[in-house]
Amino acid sequence: MSKAMEPDLQTPLRRTSGQAAKEWSHPSNHWLRGFVLDNRASLGTLAVFIVMMAVFMLANPTVFTTWYLYSSVLTTLPVALFVVVPLVFVVTCGEIDLSFPATMGFASWVFALVVQAGYDPFLGIAAALVTGTLLGFLVGSLVVYGGLSSLIATLGMNFLLRGLIQIINEGKSTALTSLADSWAYKIFSSQVWGIPVQIFWALAFVVFSALLFNRHRFGAQVQVVGDNPDSAKQMGIDVKLVRVKVFVFTGIGAAIAGTFSVMINFTWWPTAGDGYLLPVLASVFVGGTPTWGGIGTVVGGAIGAVTVSFIQTGVVAAGLSGFYVQFFNGLIIILSLLGHKWNQARYR
Amino acid sequence: MSERIIELRDIKKSYGQVYALGGVNLSVDRGEVVGLIGDNGAGKSTLIKILSGVVKPTSGEILVRGKPVAGWSAARSRDAGIETVFQDRALAVQQTIVRNIFMGRELTGFMGWLKVNKEIAEASRLMREIGFTSKVFTPQSIVGQLSGGERQGVAIARAIYKQAELIILDEPTTALSLTETAKVFHFVRQVRASGRSILFIGHNIHHVFDIADRFVVLDRGKVALTADRNEVKSADDLINFMEDVAHPGGLPGLHEGAEQRA
Repeated sequence: MSKAMEPDLQTPLRRTSGQAAKEWSHPSNHWLRGFVLDNRASLGTLAVFIVMMAVFMLANPTVFTTWYLYSSVLTTLPVALFVVVPLVFVVTCGEIDLSFPATMGFASWVFALVVQAGYDPFLGIAAALVTGTLLGFLVGSLVVYGGLSSLIATLGMNFLLRGLIQIINEGKSTALTSLADSWAYKIFSSQVWGIPVQIFWALAFVVFSALLFNRHRFGAQVQVVGDNPDSAKQMGIDVKLVRVKVFVFTGIGAAIAGTFSVMINFTWWPTAGDGYLLPVLASVFVGGTPTWGGIGTVVGGAIGAVTVSFIQTGVVAAGLSGFYVQFFNGLIIILSLLGHKWNQARYR
Repeated sequence: MSERIIELRDIKKSYGQVYALGGVNLSVDRGEVVGLIGDNGAGKSTLIKILSGVVKPTSGEILVRGKPVAGWSAARSRDAGIETVFQDRALAVQQTIVRNIFMGRELTGFMGWLKVNKEIAEASRLMREIGFTSKVFTPQSIVGQLSGGERQGVAIARAIYKQAELIILDEPTTALSLTETAKVFHFVRQVRASGRSILFIGHNIHHVFDIADRFVVLDRGKVALTADRNEVKSADDLINFMEDVAHPGGLPGLHEGAEQRA
């Protein structure tokens, strides 16, 4: 390269100070437009939900005016929300966790054992939370420090933990009739003005987690690690620790979810949690969190969970036979993914 | 003699049987611009990664301000006031400019909650300060929407945010246009004027020659030459020397300089 081609390195570029007063301008300087751009994934999910409900309601308007329909969804939805939200963190971090159903079963088993032994259900909840935390840490450490693929390792852990539960219980369930009179039941699982109280706890959890995701160092580091783990490491972030933490968070969420499901039914089954695997995963992705990591939306995931729980109820309420449920499940998932692909660009 | 910010003593790094670095001594004093040059495979990248704490040396000693450090890591390196602009820029491209600038040292208050508004204000101030402004992006724009030069701007803004004492620039002008290159050099002079040090790594020897106070030539994992600016007459001298290292023969005058410094 010739010397003449070199930039002028000696003259300072002083004109920059003159420009300092110039304000930033942005295509999204209107607050509403900015809001839509910042929340496009969750708003897209909301649009999918509204369109789906509109179709169901048009098919059979009268059923959708009955409160029972919503009440039943509001009873089961919270259980899903407690695992969908932590899974948004896991997927954003670039991992996946398929072991949460077994963690739900395991933690709620500990809860059932404590309650059955005659202790206060609050102690049972505490024991379940500790179990969930430890299992999350175990799964996370196996994936992160063992250097295993989270997809396969967590699948293995799901079978392993579920197998342990089955071996020890030999398929027997545990009835917890004493729960109905306890304070814990009144606080966590009764009804207020006809509304199942679990939904309020779940909403509080969603709001807290959304703040954790967007307004806390943990959420910021989860996104950065999922986006570019090498840079995160170069900038001094303990990438492995952040990864373990998201699994621990999922373990805690699964413990809460498992405990809630036992309190709804007054019974613990050795299969507790199994049915949640696919609907919960579907909710995360319907909610607008992409598979490649780095970005995600907690609120979108929650709306995704609402959407997925309404599919089954809505299909039946709209007067279609139960055979349509799976078809609609698939249809909503595919349409949502197409919508999100169009809605959000992937930067590299 | 001004303060020695960092010193590497007899640093060796091997990957299995292969030695990337075979005993390197390198130091950077306060306010000094050191130009590190060497061919591909000379060990420049490994040396940078050791300085920034990303890679741990197989053996050798690292001294920060004259004191040996133990447990050297990326976080320790940044705490010691060493910031690195990596060759690949090390940006999280799906995140905002603000989040990238504060990556790994988020501004937090009570219990780790982010001070989002403060981060935005600080990033905004910083970007104005270095003349990194535009009509098409704000501190809250996604890095993936920016051009290559603008992304380099983000990486540089991140490096100077915390008044770092030593800034390592690994091939900062690669793939940049002439005006963007000029901006980078303008920045290097600003940093030096403020009394901070720079370790500048470059393929382009003319660039390095124009900017550095001292040159270190790395060859096959060893320091082949250390020379002050006044010991080297022109960039062509350096180029000739590097050719001589590759095909032994050597420039006697320069070798003497190297021995004196070592």
